[in-house]
Amino acid sequence: MSIELRQVSKRFGDMAAVEDVSLTVGDGELVALLGPSGGGKTTVLRMIAGLEVPTSGDLLVRGERVNDVPVQRRNIGFVFQSYALFKTMSVFDNIAFGLKIRKTPKAEIEARVGELLRLFGLEGLGRRLPHQLSGGQRQRVAIARALAPRPSVLLLDEPFGAVDAKIRQELREWLVRLHRELHVTTLFVTHDQEEAMEVSDRIVIFSRGRLEQVGSPREVYERPRNEFVARFIGVLNVLELTVRQGVARLNELAFPAHGVPEGGTLRVGFRPYAVQVSADPAEHPLRAVIRQVYFLGVQMRLELETPSGLVLRTRISKDEFLRRGLEQGIPVSFQIREYRVLSTGSDGLAPEVSTVHTASHWAEGI
Amino acid sequence: MATSRASALPGFGLTMGYTLAYLGLVVLLPLGALLIRVTSMTWADFGKVAFSDRALAAYRLTFGASFLAASLNAVLGTLLAWVLTRYRFPGRKFLDALVDFPFALPTAVAGLTLANLFSQNGWLGRFLVPLDIRLAYTTGGIVMALTFVSLPFVVRTLQPVLEDFEVELEEAAATLGAGRWRTFRSVVLPALLPALLTGFALAFARAVGEYGSVIFISTNKPYVSEITPQVIMGWLDQFEYASAMAVAVVMLAASFAILVTINLLERWASRFQR
Repeated sequence: MSIELRQVSKRFGDMAAVEDVSLTVGDGELVALLGPSGGGKTTVLRMIAGLEVPTSGDLLVRGERVNDVPVQRRNIGFVFQSYALFKTMSVFDNIAFGLKIRKTPKAEIEARVGELLRLFGLEGLGRRLPHQLSGGQRQRVAIARALAPRPSVLLLDEPFGAVDAKIRQELREWLVRLHRELHVTTLFVTHDQEEAMEVSDRIVIFSRGRLEQVGSPREVYERPRNEFVARFIGVLNVLELTVRQGVARLNELAFPAHGVPEGGTLRVGFRPYAVQVSADPAEHPLRAVIRQVYFLGVQMRLELETPSGLVLRTRISKDEFLRRGLEQGIPVSFQIREYRVLSTGSDGLAPEVSTVHTASHWAEGI
Repeated sequence: MATSRASALPGFGLTMGYTLAYLGLVVLLPLGALLIRVTSMTWADFGKVAFSDRALAAYRLTFGASFLAASLNAVLGTLLAWVLTRYRFPGRKFLDALVDFPFALPTAVAGLTLANLFSQNGWLGRFLVPLDIRLAYTTGGIVMALTFVSLPFVVRTLQPVLEDFEVELEEAAATLGAGRWRTFRSVVLPALLPALLTGFALAFARAVGEYGSVIFISTNKPYVSEITPQVIMGWLDQFEYASAMAVAVVMLAASFAILVTINLLERWASRFQR
């Protein structure tokens, strides 16, 4: 393994930024640290780099404890959100900086920088100053500069935060390609779940300084460990129901009680794609009106409103939408094909959120 | 002069007119009067007065001491600005306010105080003079007085630049392996250079024009410890207005040349900005 955190915590005064985080990252992995801002993911990255010192816990790189190793000697490449390029130096000098400090022979520096300029599509820009580059070029210089001294780990803080949507997409693909070519262990911080899903081998989800779940993109999407992860990865409709006469109800919706006692509350969640919609009022058991249609290209996002005023989000392909004769404002019938139980009220027992319940259990009984 | 960009806000004519009138009255008019006065002399007379041995010695002392003072401030002022912006400690606000003190204090008072402190029987002089460190009534004293009066310039021009300086730049250098000193030398200093040169130029200009504090701490001996303003005062005392102006013109020209040079240096140093 390349990086290991053992029960690492970091407090700033009274505020706990990172609490009891344990994590291992394998050699050559591409890992996303994902979570809402203020979740502690940047702090974790900065601790690995040596820019922050953990309050407690151990930090290991290649099996060696590095808590007390200063930044300068950790041999870690760090790419800042603001890129932090040296404004007074040319692109060449920026990339060469780490090599010059290591007293690398001049010929070797020139060869290495030339190689990186080529690899990063920056040929002919070596003499430019940072302010003469585009945003995307600046970012590539920042990554090239971090990689020049051949670090054991590459850390990127919100690498796609400062560029516009179109370039973002290109950069993501480019990062995946780069990682495949160089195979350097890479950790990056993002608050964008889509970005994390698309780019990384594994996702580490943080919330309020704690580690919520670690897994492959598919794992965290399909088998979220708790409500936070389920809601953070992808879109989730969440309903809070009350159990009456053995059935959990909210207005016209009903679910099996899942062992919640009479009068207790049950929280369920379901993905937009689990809602099936039809223009034929007899096809599904539940009624609603299409309140709003959002056109997303290949897909459409619909907002359904039930007669009692509940609003549900659903997703459907454009072809399906047209084939079924759906339109904004028309009455439809729908059913919820599958759902998860998020919590079973006040008894404090956490349910198995990763379990998917299918609609067949209950739809008939209503 | 078609430089007035079409702007949503009116007022270009008024403000530009005011600016030109103000600069004309306050700066150009006195300078013009100075030059007209000098034209009453012949070139030979002008040369005799403006480049007399006494005047030359005074130029050397004035510009030399001012250069030293400004250089000293460039180093110490940078340190002071660094401490004031980078660290939070009790009394920081007070220290920060203290930097402006040389602006507020009448310079004659400063000169007198320094002379008293460092004279043979002064509070500091009584310890320093036996060690052969004489700062009262010497060239060193002049440099010290000029350093004192021009202290705020470097500090005040550097402070905003240091406040805005991204800490990430230093962190980036550290992750690449650079130690504190290397980071300062290669990353911080080049970025500060334009502001540093501005501060240096202002401090230098202030020191060249200084009169009040120096006459109290200098022995004011012609050829030895007499600064240029003192030479000018000497001519004025003898009602030799034209001679005084001649010396003043040389000083003006030299100051102007030096400021232009520093400005060019500054432009070179800030080539990395937009």
